[in-house]
Amino acid sequence: MSTETTHPSIRRSVQKQFLACEEAFDLFFGGAHNPLRHLGALGLYLLWIIVGTGLYLYAVLDTGVAQVYASIGYLSDEQWYFGGILRSLHRYASDAFMLVMALHLLREWAYGRYTGFRFYSWITGIPLIWLAFASGIGGYWIVWDQLAQFSAVATTELLDWLPIFSEPSARNFLAPDSVNDRLFTLLVFIHIGLPILLMAGLWAHVHRIAHVDHLPSGKLMRDTALALLALSLLKPALSDAPANLSTTPAETRLDWFFLFIHPLTDLSSPAIIWTLLFAATALLFALPFLPAKKSPPVPVAVVDPANCNGCTRCQVDCPYGAVIMAPHPARRGYQVAEVDADLCASCGICAGACPSSTPFRSSERLITGIDMPQLPVNALRAELEQKLGGLTGNTRIVVFGCNHGAALERIAAPDTAVMSLICTGMLPPSFVEYALRTGADGVIIANCREGGCEYRLGERWTSERLARQREPQLREKVPAERLQIAFASASDTARLHHVLIEFRARIEAESDSRKKLQPYLRRTAHHA
Amino acid sequence: MLKPAAIVGQVVLYGAFAAVIGYFATDPVYRQIPDDVALIKVSFSHLGDRECRKRSQEELDKMPRNMRAPMDCPRERSDIKVEVDLDDKNILKQVLHPTGLYKDGISTMYKRFEVKAGEYKLAVRMQDNNALEGWRFVKEEKITLKPAQVLVIDFNPDKGGLFLK
Repeated sequence: MSTETTHPSIRRSVQKQFLACEEAFDLFFGGAHNPLRHLGALGLYLLWIIVGTGLYLYAVLDTGVAQVYASIGYLSDEQWYFGGILRSLHRYASDAFMLVMALHLLREWAYGRYTGFRFYSWITGIPLIWLAFASGIGGYWIVWDQLAQFSAVATTELLDWLPIFSEPSARNFLAPDSVNDRLFTLLVFIHIGLPILLMAGLWAHVHRIAHVDHLPSGKLMRDTALALLALSLLKPALSDAPANLSTTPAETRLDWFFLFIHPLTDLSSPAIIWTLLFAATALLFALPFLPAKKSPPVPVAVVDPANCNGCTRCQVDCPYGAVIMAPHPARRGYQVAEVDADLCASCGICAGACPSSTPFRSSERLITGIDMPQLPVNALRAELEQKLGGLTGNTRIVVFGCNHGAALERIAAPDTAVMSLICTGMLPPSFVEYALRTGADGVIIANCREGGCEYRLGERWTSERLARQREPQLREKVPAERLQIAFASASDTARLHHVLIEFRARIEAESDSRKKLQPYLRRTAHHA
Repeated sequence: MLKPAAIVGQVVLYGAFAAVIGYFATDPVYRQIPDDVALIKVSFSHLGDRECRKRSQEELDKMPRNMRAPMDCPRERSDIKVEVDLDDKNILKQVLHPTGLYKDGISTMYKRFEVKAGEYKLAVRMQDNNALEGWRFVKEEKITLKPAQVLVIDFNPDKGGLFLK
């Protein structure tokens, strides 16, 4: 079987498992605090814990070869209530960082987020894995206990397979007199320098993304810190016996998050390990270039300068920073939106943000400032009008959802119209009012689950716009009773159907004609 | 989900997260070598010898004053031959080539052997000049290796050549 067919099927199978775990976690954490939905931000938070605790450890560390072991041991033995806890937090946050980084990589791959507009973030993330491992492994050496000795010897033996040193680096750890004070000064320098490089790499990793979650929610941060703190108290990080290069430790209590490579090398050979490491790295780099099923190119957002007033809302709301503002070609002193096709995710969130996207404009052809060629707002309005016209029954409801969420066609009925969008974020809130004034008794917006939007921010922007916390806002005159926001992923179709039944029953029970909006007939309206 | 159930679920999942971190931070214990094994490390970093020739007075007189070095030495260094026997059984036989594009750099090696702890007759031989016959440096010694001990065989001309530590 070719890679073309096997790779996507493996990926989709992992994606299914991952999504099931995420949704199971939603039951307990909710979307905003679900760690699986915020792995990148959680990793960054763990890095800040590592940096914060590391600053204290650096301040008290004595880099003399005879003192380094004692100065770290002092923290655990004499100052367990502060320095010892910080040391444990430093170690466990590092382990958690590796775990979170691995899950983040797996998740992004499983969701197919390594091509197109995500190519840059994927590629810039790969070197960070090497930096994270190098930073962590070096950190273990500074303790200069038997684990440090084992790792230092094993790592240098592994490195010596590469033709990069003029003489074997393992000679630095041949005998007790091979190690001197300067080595630990160098190690500390490297252990600080590599994380600084890692931070710089992280900046590059996310700098093309707008509205980056630099930190997870306060609750997620607090609870993660509490879990690590509890672990630090129950099982403090301690040193092994001091290093002694005239003997070799027969048994070692390895930190498997970082040091698993040493047993693997013992089981195979440095040649096999380097081949595996370089092959895995090359595969990660090559993933975006692997042959994929040919699909027609997805059109990106298109700006119509005549209808763009330069309000910048599309620029602010774009999750990928694909919209920039440039001087208007025809109107001096005005700006106009421009779309960077390489960055555009074709999500349509910009069209939902555009104030010109209101369906109340009476012009026969609705042209907005920024639009999606595959589903322009004009076609959206026409489809809505056509579907509303075909609805029957006492309580007619329109459900707006997205192509990545619940299967809307399964809940369509003579009294229920369904409208599937690229993302719910592309729906201008005025469409809700328009639907209610042109025949609908109620509107349901089927958002993705919190934190589960394919385009990162669609669900968040839609919720905020409908709650009148973000422009363009839903007008206040729209009765809240006639609008229902549901959070439904692809596996939540049954739940969405249940929401629909309840919503219809509620509208029917509370049918109050005074709460209905005045009907609107576009073709007789006079405003442009 | 009801709040208490969510709280219990969160406690369980955060507990599992901490347990996974805590366990794999130190366990399972890794056994690098069996209890009754010691290590012998053979490591050199040495410039091979080179065949120098003393210039005659006549040759020196023909040379510019600032270049009258008494010895004429080629840039290239000799390969280094090393052999190690343990109880008369050869465990290492290697030729180390000089590094560098002009073969004028040091010759290096690092080898690690696992052996059972106990008494051995160790013999190390080294020749750093290809032009010479036999072995220029030889070290023979009875050694007793304790479990987990690391015995290093190194070379330093300033310390008399081959030495153990």
